[in-house]
Amino acid sequence: MSKKAKKSPIFLFVSEEKEPLFSKKNRKLVTDPLNDDNPITVQVLGICSALAITVQLKPALVMALAVMAVVALSNVVVSLIRNIIPNRIRIIVQLVVVAALVILVDQVLKAYSYEVSKQLSVFVGLIITNCIVMGRLEAFALGNGPWKSFLDGIGNAAGYGIILIIVAFFRELLGSGKLFGMEILGHKGVTLAESTGLYALGYENNGFMLLPPMALIIVGIIIWVQRSRNRKLIEKE
Amino acid sequence: MKFLRTKIDQLKKPFGKGEKWEKFAPAINALDTFLYVPNHVTKRGAHIRDAVDLKRTMITVVVALLPALIYGIYNTGYQYLYQVNGGEVAFMEAFLHGLGKILPMIVVSYGVGLAIEFAFAVYRGHEVNEGFLVTGLLVPMIMPVDIPLWMVGLSVAFAVLIGKEAFGGTGMNILNPALLARAFAFFAYPTYMSGNKVWVSEASHIDAVSGETILGSLATGHDVHFSMMDMFYGAIPGSIGETSTLCILVGALILIATGVGSWRIMLGGLIGASLTGLLFNLWGANALMSFPWYGHLIVGGFAFGIVFMATDPVSAAQTNKGKWIYGILIGFFCLMIRLFNPAYPEGVMLGILLMNVFAPTIDFYVVEANIKRRKKRLEASKKLKTA
Repeated sequence: MSKKAKKSPIFLFVSEEKEPLFSKKNRKLVTDPLNDDNPITVQVLGICSALAITVQLKPALVMALAVMAVVALSNVVVSLIRNIIPNRIRIIVQLVVVAALVILVDQVLKAYSYEVSKQLSVFVGLIITNCIVMGRLEAFALGNGPWKSFLDGIGNAAGYGIILIIVAFFRELLGSGKLFGMEILGHKGVTLAESTGLYALGYENNGFMLLPPMALIIVGIIIWVQRSRNRKLIEKE
Repeated sequence: MKFLRTKIDQLKKPFGKGEKWEKFAPAINALDTFLYVPNHVTKRGAHIRDAVDLKRTMITVVVALLPALIYGIYNTGYQYLYQVNGGEVAFMEAFLHGLGKILPMIVVSYGVGLAIEFAFAVYRGHEVNEGFLVTGLLVPMIMPVDIPLWMVGLSVAFAVLIGKEAFGGTGMNILNPALLARAFAFFAYPTYMSGNKVWVSEASHIDAVSGETILGSLATGHDVHFSMMDMFYGAIPGSIGETSTLCILVGALILIATGVGSWRIMLGGLIGASLTGLLFNLWGANALMSFPWYGHLIVGGFAFGIVFMATDPVSAAQTNKGKWIYGILIGFFCLMIRLFNPAYPEGVMLGILLMNVFAPTIDFYVVEANIKRRKKRLEASKKLKTA
């Protein structure tokens, strides 16, 4: 793909106007998806993976990084070749790019953090079906230069990742009393006398937090809180 | 009573328009309307006023719940004392023991729920609705007796916040809030909400006490040593308010006589469960299936659920035909979950919640069918005229 890009250097710079790398507009590309245009809570994309891998913080964090790598890089690649993709087969071309990147990410995870990779199981492969990836390619990368597309990818993946981490934070803390696998709320023994921390007071882990419906409810609560703080997100009737 | 009126008016003064505590007006108004009929007048449009407003409806349900509640309090003490001491148990002794367990639960349930309702009323600037009067009493009645109080509070908070306020408050909820509270506790703290150790107080600490429900015994293949009469009167282990079918029937009569609860739903549920029970009696593959069909109606939470939960006017089907379908399906699903899911020996909670979700769909198709039928009739009459 890079070969193609080299063959047609004109396409790279034709539409680019001169502006500083981190102009206000470019910074907005990264900051907007964090709140006003969040892919999960506002666009309601990528919900499935938010439900599946947020039981613990660590897999959620790794997933967020994996998605960030895929979205940002595929945005750049597609943006580079956007003017030479025939419009009618653009989805297939995008899929090839995304699939290649997903396989790369999967292999890297398997090589360097096998345990987390096992926990994430099919969901790494399923990044390809994550609506955020295709959504950003279609909505942004096909019409913008590579640098902007890169920032857009980083921003959207960060917006996705923030929600993932918030959900995973509550689910791991309340569901198993841990954060990143460390026992925050004390240790739960077999009997009350053997327990420490909150558990000695009779506290119990909330088993509902470990079930996928609770992730949906937490995402719902986040949307609720976000909309009541940010009035412009509320649809007019 | 004039004294009380002037006292309240005095109390209300700082909450009036433009006064210091205007924001908190809903809270004081709730107290006022709880004691007195409000004096607002409908300002425009055609209107009919009726003394039976939401508050009277809710109080009627509370009254209908009282027999089951009183028996439940007695039975809680009875089950415990009978198993610990054996022999005869004095009524007052059992009642007081039960009261000591259950009164704190009721206080916590009302306290947490009303606090959230008042907070939202003040925050959103609407009046406090009375729906919680019933929910707050229902929640303790469908919990096992030994559940820690903070779990009751948390479940109520979840039900009121997610089940009701998130959808827009009283009258907007798609699920029955009390059942949602129980479902939350059931999935969050399964060791406190299910199994063979929780249905009689202290059963988890004292080895001699067995806290097994009849459905639990059937599911695990143990012998049941309660007669059908015991099950009907309610001297059996179970959630606090649901054991006595007799008291629930009294409540059902009150609800039907006052028109507050729908007899169509209750009868529909009865028919659905009976037919399903009969059908599986014929098969009789295991102890639960060969348990007589009328037994299924009087053990577990079926009677309580179908009388007090399924008839919740907000989350149930609204059309008359829809109510029949809704009721029958609840009975059907309740038995299906009991018989075919070994993890849940009791299915009425999940059955009702499931049908709560489908109630609007049922109503939609009932209304559509009605429209279609009338359209056909119209066309037929047109043809008749032209001919």
